[in-house]
Amino acid sequence: MGLILLVVIWLITLISTYFFVAKTWWLPAGASAAAAGIDHHFTTTYILMGIVFVAAQLALGFFVWKYREGGSPSKVHYSHGNAGLEIVWTLLTTVLFVGLNLATYPLWSAERFNAAGPSAIPVEVTGMQFAWYFRYPGPDGKFGATKPELEDASAGGEAALGLDPKDPASKDDVVTGTMVVPVNREVEVILRAHDVIHSFFIPQMRFKQDAVPGLAIHMHFTPIQTGDYEILCAELCGLGHYKMHGMLKVVSQEEFDKWLAAREAEKQ
Amino acid sequence: MAGGTGGGETITMATHESGLPAVHEHAAPQGFIRKWVFSLDHKVIGLQYYFLALAAVFVGMFLSLLMRIHLIWPAATLPLLGDIKPETYLTLVTMHGTIMVFFVLTTAPQGGFGNYFLPIQIGAPDMAFPVLNMLSFWTTFLGFIVMIAAFFVAGGAPLHGWTGYAPLSAVQSAGPGEGLGADLWIISIAIFCIGALMGALNFITTTLDMRAKGMTLMRMPLTCWAWFVTAILGLLAFGVLLSAGILLLMDRNLGTSFFVPLITVNGQLTGHKGGSPLLWQHLFWFFGHPEVYIAILPAMGMCSQLLSVFSRKPIFGYKAMVYAILGIGFLGFMVWGHHMFMSGMSPYTAFAFSIMTMGIGVPSAIKTFNWLGTLWGGRIRFASPMLFAIGFVSLFVSGGISGPFLAQPVLDIQLHDTAFVPAHFHLIMGVASIFGIFAATYYWFPKMFGRMMNETLARWHFFISLIGTYAVFMPMHYAGMAGQPRRYSQFTEVHYLASLIPLNKFITFAAFVTIAGQLFFVVNLFWSMFKGPKASDNPWEATTLEWTTATPPPHDNFGGKTPVVHNGPYEYNVPGAPRDYVMQNDPEIKAAH
Repeated sequence: MGLILLVVIWLITLISTYFFVAKTWWLPAGASAAAAGIDHHFTTTYILMGIVFVAAQLALGFFVWKYREGGSPSKVHYSHGNAGLEIVWTLLTTVLFVGLNLATYPLWSAERFNAAGPSAIPVEVTGMQFAWYFRYPGPDGKFGATKPELEDASAGGEAALGLDPKDPASKDDVVTGTMVVPVNREVEVILRAHDVIHSFFIPQMRFKQDAVPGLAIHMHFTPIQTGDYEILCAELCGLGHYKMHGMLKVVSQEEFDKWLAAREAEKQ
Repeated sequence: MAGGTGGGETITMATHESGLPAVHEHAAPQGFIRKWVFSLDHKVIGLQYYFLALAAVFVGMFLSLLMRIHLIWPAATLPLLGDIKPETYLTLVTMHGTIMVFFVLTTAPQGGFGNYFLPIQIGAPDMAFPVLNMLSFWTTFLGFIVMIAAFFVAGGAPLHGWTGYAPLSAVQSAGPGEGLGADLWIISIAIFCIGALMGALNFITTTLDMRAKGMTLMRMPLTCWAWFVTAILGLLAFGVLLSAGILLLMDRNLGTSFFVPLITVNGQLTGHKGGSPLLWQHLFWFFGHPEVYIAILPAMGMCSQLLSVFSRKPIFGYKAMVYAILGIGFLGFMVWGHHMFMSGMSPYTAFAFSIMTMGIGVPSAIKTFNWLGTLWGGRIRFASPMLFAIGFVSLFVSGGISGPFLAQPVLDIQLHDTAFVPAHFHLIMGVASIFGIFAATYYWFPKMFGRMMNETLARWHFFISLIGTYAVFMPMHYAGMAGQPRRYSQFTEVHYLASLIPLNKFITFAAFVTIAGQLFFVVNLFWSMFKGPKASDNPWEATTLEWTTATPPPHDNFGGKTPVVHNGPYEYNVPGAPRDYVMQNDPEIKAAH
């Protein structure tokens, strides 16, 4: 029985580890400025935890075989433990776990403590059951007022956001169902939600943040690769959660300018 | 095999350690109703909790089976049940999680085994408050009935997930099932909380006040330490959830706005104003994270116990294990914010929570080291309880090492709300706890029912469960890293998810096999109850007090005699001792440590 356990535990460990090492399934390729740093720390954590995982499982399998009844002729080692060892592994794990986390301080502060720079492109992202809407402030650089009582989700676009036509700042606001941003430029995301909590998730941008009704949450990211990226809702928001889907198009600055100018022209 | 009965000194039962009269004394009941239904006997109540959890686990498991079927065959029509719509899927998610967390993982290890064995292991004739004990079970039972009733009301059960995030859970028009079904869901949890609070008070008082002479705190088996600390966690956590549930009910039905700001649902203003959705999350997780430890601590205690018994060796680092249990209990209340890194909570707070969370990995690691240290140099007997204890260690390690990924906010950005999260918590608080329950069942079955379980069936059960569990939950980590979100009823709308469907098929097939493997357990359990070979009083040659009394134990546990304790709980292979184990109530041993 000891040998069977050893084989089963070791096989489980080796097969599980194989798929992690072979990266058969892995994080989607990063496409934002922050992705490299996050992925690097992911790899560091993964190597350290991988070592702990493999070492602990191999030891477990080995011990149950080695110390099986009838296997080892030697007497049982009568011991209540070893205080020195307890102190050593307590200190070691404390340093490993807490140190690992402290090492993420620069990454986390860049992501969350620091606001977007002054040249960032502001995009307001609004989640509602079950769609994402994106709003650009237009040439005046100001988002117009919205009013909950004006919201009409079935009409879509500006009406869905409840844009107040009486506010002069709202006249040039551009509302779209697809998010378009220029490459290599910081995007300031202002996250809002109308009804329940949603979560704005773009895997390749290593970006995720809940959109919470009643709050306007300011976040930022910098796409560094052009292309189309899927936007998902990551927070359970109701029966259509699985299809609350959007697209992010990262294009060149020229294409972006052209696209935005055309949208603004439509408004005139 | 030799039993330990009669090996120790005894005193009469009229008084206990403090010298106060034993207020809990009550005569053995007559008649079926008082003996088996409204029983005051902690052993019967323990069995009632156990069988309630057994019924609940089958409901919960069946729901998960339907979920797995729907995920890979979204268009399938099932016999009797018909189509599974997206909202039905979310109902399954919600009820699976709620039933498993409350009525299985909280009910069996603490209410079941804790009730049955805490008093016996500390040498008490019953719990401190037998009537309260009976009430706490029947309250829990009522909670379960109300929870199941949510399936059968108009609109069905709620779809807001077991975490019930507001405003989805707070507004009746937010989705199907958010009407009466959601009210019943909240009421059921509130009732459960009341039952759990009564139970917690009873466990704490019993542990502090009812220990037999000589049963000092540091001679208690680690199971008792685990039940004791779990009870303290329950006392502090369930009160908060109860309050939060009442506030949520008021938001839903009385027009208050604790958790709901000004919002529109389906284009209609809801009339709420100024509430905070994050407040619900704080209150919920203030309960929810300690709840994880409520589920796993008793399993840790049982596992420690069994590794020592079946390695024929003292537990490695008893004191360190006690401090680790206390450390986990204490830190367990300071880490709830790690569920909220992406919630909009202050990122500074998030970072502080993440440091505490990484810190709680330390006592967990200490326990793992000590379990391995206990095996080291032992003489391991592979009885079925030991197999599950070894499986527990393996699962605990596997579920544990994914923790530091989720505990670091920068990595949580990618992994939060993906399949990586259910992979993590199913391994560690789900299946590892269940392995603790299985281990405890195989271990204590002879004491509870006076018969042995079948070892061959138990081995089949063990290997299918262990391999099956890994086959189900390891791939979920891969899916999560690849970006598969949780709680998606279909993978049809997001293009990149199509590539993960084969992986999900594998998970579903593995789940079929694992669930089928549980039949070995059910057959063994009920067959052995009536047909198993008769058990001796101490079949495992273990040292704790439950093995000093008759099998099954008499109404007052020790037949009118209270044991006197002279030894620690894990004295195996003591040099110079006549046999390889020394009962706790044997004359005091003097061995070189």
